[in-house]
Amino acid sequence: MTQLADAKANVVIEQLRNWNAKAVSEVIAYHGQTTIVVPRELLRATAQQCKENPALDFDLLSDATCVDRFPMEPRLELNYQLVSIPRGARISLRTSVSTQHPVVDSLMPVWPGANWLEREIFDLFGIHFDGHPDLRRLLLPDGFVGFPLRRDFPTEGQR
Amino acid sequence: MTTVETAIGAAKTMVLNMGPQHPSTHGVLRVLLELDGENVVSSDPEIGYLHTGIEKSCEDKTYSQTITLTDRMDYLNPLGNNLVYCLAVEKLLGLEVPKRAQYIRVMLVELQRISSHLVWLGTHALDMGAMSLMLYCFREREEILKIFERFAGQRMMTSFIRIGGLALEPPAGWRDMVKRFLDMMPPRVDEYEALLTENRIWQGRLKGVGYLPPEQLIALSTTGPGLRAAGVAFDNRKAFPYSSYEEFDFTVPTRTESDCFARYLVRVAEIRESLKIVRQAMDKTTDQGPFKADAPGIIPPAREKMKTEMEALIYHFKIFTEGFSPPPGEVYVAVESPRGELGCFIASDGSPKPLRVHFRAPSFVNLQALPFMVKGQLIADVVACIGTIDIVLGDVDR
Repeated sequence: MTQLADAKANVVIEQLRNWNAKAVSEVIAYHGQTTIVVPRELLRATAQQCKENPALDFDLLSDATCVDRFPMEPRLELNYQLVSIPRGARISLRTSVSTQHPVVDSLMPVWPGANWLEREIFDLFGIHFDGHPDLRRLLLPDGFVGFPLRRDFPTEGQR
Repeated sequence: MTTVETAIGAAKTMVLNMGPQHPSTHGVLRVLLELDGENVVSSDPEIGYLHTGIEKSCEDKTYSQTITLTDRMDYLNPLGNNLVYCLAVEKLLGLEVPKRAQYIRVMLVELQRISSHLVWLGTHALDMGAMSLMLYCFREREEILKIFERFAGQRMMTSFIRIGGLALEPPAGWRDMVKRFLDMMPPRVDEYEALLTENRIWQGRLKGVGYLPPEQLIALSTTGPGLRAAGVAFDNRKAFPYSSYEEFDFTVPTRTESDCFARYLVRVAEIRESLKIVRQAMDKTTDQGPFKADAPGIIPPAREKMKTEMEALIYHFKIFTEGFSPPPGEVYVAVESPRGELGCFIASDGSPKPLRVHFRAPSFVNLQALPFMVKGQLIADVVACIGTIDIVLGDVDR
């Protein structure tokens, strides 16, 4: 089972490298799960490729989330979980952003389902998604100050 | 209520606030509806009223302490939430769970799916004006909750699935209890269908309402019964089996109409499939055998061992004071909850507390499709659409 998953992941890596040699900057295989690290500038183009290349066919964006690696820089790490329903495959895309310039291309033009997932990350981590048509706070009230899921935001008490 | 002039000038629309206390929003969902007469021009769901910051709280808890928080997200599927979190931590640790524990997990999670679908069916029928069905559904759900109470001592917030296995040995007499339920249930499902499926009012309220093409549902990241009612047989139990689902014989019910009625039929068919899985899981479970993995330092030792072996006592102390430290790395695990793909993302930095725990909540993602479903429909159909998306606000807001 795991070997099959690896073979499927290798196809993705190969296809992406053939498309653009710079698209894959690192491949992390961990417990049968493959993560492809993508440069920030190439994120949307790579996602587009993942969706539209018929050999990859990742039609469903299942999840998007962020990890704060404070005090490392660039500390914010975005993780996208892609699913190909026809091929029965999964892959993760990852890219890093710094808090000085927290801007990433929105994936809404590729998968409209990225809408609320990106709004949630904007709300809780303060990452701006370039090209998102409706970037407002989602879970927290509009006047809230700060981004609670960043590691330097306290879990208890006042900020 | 306010009246606003649109840019065009001639046409007048009204903005109506629905919720957050509206009973058929199933919790605290607020929807801003822009109406032209009785037709919905556009809608904007406002969420966050139940946001409790569970993901933030996880930062300050050890891996085992987080399990109790997961119960409180999707409160109609607490065992499913326990399962996805435990599977993610087990993947991080590379821990193998004994088969017996895996089968009992499957059995409990499928019972949970039935109970969740029963609550959905009962409350949705209530929204549509068929009150009696709610009483029948809650009557059967009670039997499932009694089984959970026997297993875990709790009816809802069970926290019964733990890292590496289960919290306790299954209780005496559990087999008879589950068997009684399995024998009772199929005719009861027939009764629900007799009340609803051919009912003209039920059909009139649901047929052709809330249609979205399958391509659009996939693009909007919808999963679960909503997607399967559009003819896409995507189910994590089949596509990416976990917890030994590959050993079970069941089908994934689908429809092609993609309207509210098709979603109802898919859920009722899923109750029947889940009953099959529960029976198989019960038969596969042996009476003897371990119910949790053997991993000293991660899983609390048995009481007798603690009193006779010094290492066991030390491990017990360390697990409950400091916790255990999985190796650094990130995992994402997805299971099929009654509402769709429930995912758990954990990033570990090698310390006893997780760096980040994120839950991919199916209700949250599926709710995005609401504005597209209700556009151009009647205001009464908004209730039908919210109902058949099957949201749990605890899951949406976390």
